[in-house]
Amino acid sequence: MTTVAVRRVDVPLWLTVLAGTTLWIVAWFLALPLSTWLAFDVLGLDPASQLGQAVAFFLFDVPKVLLLLTGIVTMVSFLRSFVSPEKVRGALAGRNAVVGTVAAAGFGIVTPFCSCSAVPLFIGFLEAGVPLGVTFAFLVASPMVNEVAIVLLWGLVGPQLTIAYVVAGLVVAVFAGLLIGRLGLERYVEDYVWKIRAGSVAINDRPTLSDRTRDAWRSTVDIVGRVWPYVIVGIGIGAMIHGFVPTELVVQIGGPGNPLAVPALVALGVPLYSNAAGTIPIIEALLGKGLPVGSALAFMMAITALSLPEMVILRKVMKPRLLATFVAIVAAGIIAVGYLFNFFTA
Amino acid sequence: MTVRVEVLGPGCRRCTKLLELVRDVALDECPGVEARYVTDPVEIVRRGFFMRTPALVIDGTVVAAGRVPSRREISTWLAPHHIPLEVHP
Repeated sequence: MTTVAVRRVDVPLWLTVLAGTTLWIVAWFLALPLSTWLAFDVLGLDPASQLGQAVAFFLFDVPKVLLLLTGIVTMVSFLRSFVSPEKVRGALAGRNAVVGTVAAAGFGIVTPFCSCSAVPLFIGFLEAGVPLGVTFAFLVASPMVNEVAIVLLWGLVGPQLTIAYVVAGLVVAVFAGLLIGRLGLERYVEDYVWKIRAGSVAINDRPTLSDRTRDAWRSTVDIVGRVWPYVIVGIGIGAMIHGFVPTELVVQIGGPGNPLAVPALVALGVPLYSNAAGTIPIIEALLGKGLPVGSALAFMMAITALSLPEMVILRKVMKPRLLATFVAIVAAGIIAVGYLFNFFTA
Repeated sequence: MTVRVEVLGPGCRRCTKLLELVRDVALDECPGVEARYVTDPVEIVRRGFFMRTPALVIDGTVVAAGRVPSRREISTWLAPHHIPLEVHP
């Protein structure tokens, strides 16, 4: 690119935000009439037919979910830019096991997480004197309670199951943290981790509100840009399940008659990591076809909390025994949640 | 003396994005300036960047931490190291 002096017009922040919000609201209220019009008038489908219902459902759910994702992820990313990771860590360092573990599981929600940040996070926590169990509670809660999964659950399945998912996720995180803290597994952390001494750094970065907004919007574009194909494919498959998969089949394979359904779904969730976007619409459809709530919850939690790439990365800081214990405890917790919910909702 | 530009990040998407941006600006405005990409989690923590990645460090000064700055910001920070275009007809 050759350098050409272009005078950029600076649009004030409030104007951009106002325009964006207006566009969002207009799109939100247009989604339903537009989808019905497209399905029944343009495509000429019969509103009473199964195919017509499936297409209308697809055309309405896709924009609804994408709009929800865009709006919520932008807001969460913006608010997150004010959270100081050092302060979170400091707050966890001096606590006793129970308080610290509960707080860590809670903080896991407000902190962004990707599997690549698991190792620096692990080292940084232990180096600052955060107990091992508390560190693990954070490591379990952070990927499980993430905004993409929550938005999709809320938008597609409804608030009840979303709340159940968040609460169950926090309970599993606290349980795993307390248990690992009790087991005294410190010697199974790779030895070099204990020798690391972190320096402190003067950060000269004072982003303005408009810097924060722009960064939040950029990361939203990045996240939504990555997940939208999965959302569309997932909702498409979900729509087909709605229309064409017989309820008896789902009940027979995943229902209470098959006691192995919960562990099988948990095992299936491991390789599906980070694909909450594509799987939640399918889970929603299966729920409608009689998949028990506990099985659906366990499946969801396994998808977000147990991930193969994360395990490979964590092997750098944990000896195999600790890694195996961690995975086993989280898996057991998730399976227990599945059975408990199946039992109490049956 | 050449300027030392470092991008710190354990390999996440936002980190590679910042690296690309910095390399792009450097290529346009100060050719010859190389950005070093620090991905080693131990070095990142040791230097005090706990959960503050991606970060951009220019000559030892942390100019951005925990976010991807805009092209314009990066250009401003690199401005003292710009190599002026000499071709003027």
